[in-house]
Amino acid sequence: MSVSVQQAAFDLGQELAGFGQGQDDNPRRNIGAVVSFTGFVRDDSGALDHMLIEHYPGMTERAIGQIVDEAVQRWSLGDVRVIHRYGVLKPGDQIMMVATAARHRVAAFEAAEFLMDYLKSRAPFWKKEVNADGSEWVAAKDEDEDALRRW
Amino acid sequence: MIDVMYFAWVRERIGVPKEQIETSATTVADLVEELRAREPRYEAAFADLSALRVALDQDLSEFNAPLAGVSEVAFFPPMTGG
Repeated sequence: MSVSVQQAAFDLGQELAGFGQGQDDNPRRNIGAVVSFTGFVRDDSGALDHMLIEHYPGMTERAIGQIVDEAVQRWSLGDVRVIHRYGVLKPGDQIMMVATAARHRVAAFEAAEFLMDYLKSRAPFWKKEVNADGSEWVAAKDEDEDALRRW
Repeated sequence: MIDVMYFAWVRERIGVPKEQIETSATTVADLVEELRAREPRYEAAFADLSALRVALDQDLSEFNAPLAGVSEVAFFPPMTGG
């Protein structure tokens, strides 16, 4: 299991190469499914200059760690990778990724969705959209909170 | 003494990311009332508690939670990760 909260970009291919398969000297052969999700900065209006992502150092790692632990237990995951970026991000930049490894496909998909739902409203990140006219904090959506109820 | 931290628009309204506060408040709600009475910038930040979340020692908590033994309180809007 590994969690990174970082400013730097990440290489999805590199993150997924060998993910869930153990180490060369200690290979794991009981993983039948790997699912990954990558989130990007989206610009619906065409006016977005950049997004500023603030977080709460310390609590962020702690909160994500707790969410990951719960997912690992609930879906018996073989591995989890979470990367979430902060700082200045441009439209089209990657914001974050989650990857899950499990014996079966359903567990890997469900765990990835669970992680995403919880990261959205329980990991202490805040997004601010900055454009030529000014800036605005992104408001949390009711449906993001509702999404937690299905778990 | 308690460390109080602010994030996102709460930080912008109050004007500092972190401060140390001498308080005898026994709950988070008491601390909020103390702060609101201090200066208009706190009143502006804490006007609508339903728009705020609180963490005690980096765990999400509630406004009626006791402050005994807590060293770090953080106030922020609902989180928008992912």
